[in-house]
Amino acid sequence: MGAARVVHEWALAEAIADYVFKSAPSAKRVRVTVRLGELQAVDEGILKFALREIMKSEGIACEVVLKREDCVLKCRRCGHEWLLKEVEFGEEVREAIHFVPEVVHSYLKCPKCGSRDFEVIKGRGVWVEEVSWE
Amino acid sequence: MGVMVSQGDPRLAVIGRRLARVARVVPVMSSKGGVGKTLLSCLLALALSERGARVGLLDLDVTNPTAHVVLGADLSKFPEEDRGVVPPLIGGVKFMSVAYYSGENPLPLRGWEIDNVVREVLAVTIWGDLDFLVIDTPPGIGDEVLDVLSYFPKHEPLVVATPSPLTVASVRRLLKLLTEAVKGELIRVVENMARDDSDIIADLAKKFHVGFLGKVRFDEGVDRAVGDIDALRRSRMYKDVSMIAEKLL
Ligand SMILES: Nc1ncnc2c1ncn2[C@@H]1O[C@H](COP(=O)(O)OP(=O)(O)OP(=O)(O)O)[C@@H](O)[C@H]1O
Ligand SMILES: [Mg+2]
Ligand SMILES: [Zn+2]
Repeated sequence: MGAARVVHEWALAEAIADYVFKSAPSAKRVRVTVRLGELQAVDEGILKFALREIMKSEGIACEVVLKREDCVLKCRRCGHEWLLKEVEFGEEVREAIHFVPEVVHSYLKCPKCGSRDFEVIKGRGVWVEEVSWE
Repeated sequence: MGVMVSQGDPRLAVIGRRLARVARVVPVMSSKGGVGKTLLSCLLALALSERGARVGLLDLDVTNPTAHVVLGADLSKFPEEDRGVVPPLIGGVKFMSVAYYSGENPLPLRGWEIDNVVREVLAVTIWGDLDFLVIDTPPGIGDEVLDVLSYFPKHEPLVVATPSPLTVASVRRLLKLLTEAVKGELIRVVENMARDDSDIIADLAKKFHVGFLGKVRFDEGVDRAVGDIDALRRSRMYKDVSMIAEKLL
């Protein structure tokens, strides 16, 4: 389990790196701020390490800022809002959600009305909040 | 020069890299449901692979995946990883599906969530070198189909139609949409569940100046072979699909 997670973060780090290369094709010094939604449960340490390694191999000095975002869920049927923190998942389910966060709909229902038709209104996954360069 | 900033979804930036060594992308589509897209996608992938091509199969019917049922794929463990998700080999085909993660549970999703799943899967799946990536899509002209047309830099749609007036009415809309964006010679139509020698689908293809790859006959035995690749390979439907594979190669 642990090993599987380590390598998945590399795929996401590559995506962020490609985003930076496309935004700032000739920059040698960049700063990237990434928002990490609680639902996908990305390992911050590994993501940061992977991103720095990829950037270094391209000769770019990169400052990485990671921001955690709590996951908030809202039922579309009854309007109830709740936090992912209030939910208990087994290891297998957490792993599945780590790969494809939307499969949370396969394993979770609204605690008020039992509907699976809820929305992840905050804290889904990985988002580049800002790349800045000179 | 001052400071410049940019913000957005990193997954879209990496999709091109993930597909860089995929030579041909063949989304199997039909605006009409139940015409055999899934069965045809699976058999086509198997037939291409049997002819020596390196083949991937992606089930993009996100809320209703069934290709794993046709192939008898084992959902009990997650795919291996190597800096991304490596699709397991099934019958010689690299097979990827959201079903590895959702299992046989319901997966009700709104449109933007489906788009999110497609982006996620395309961003983390490591296909490696492929001659063909066959994609099974849901019926209609909805999120998955639009995502395929938008996110895959090049694609050769394979449109499935059955010889019925309702299918023709439906598929005409899809062909109209496709021919607006894709060159006619890259679009191909297959007639499935053919029972007689009607030319209704061949004529439809002609009218839109797209390719017609032939007919796959109705095979009453094929449902019994579902879930068993060896049995599928012995079916009459597989023989017909193999002829289509030959024409695609
Ligand atoms: N050539 C054929 N001969 C006999 N039965 C067929 C043939 N093609 C498909 N079928 C049967 O038709 C049914 C629908 O097939 P399939 O699920 O592949 O269609 P689909 O287009 O993917 O459906 P959906 O639109 O729901 O995704 C299945 O029971 C399948 O076995
Ligand atoms: Mg189908
Ligand atoms: Zn509710």
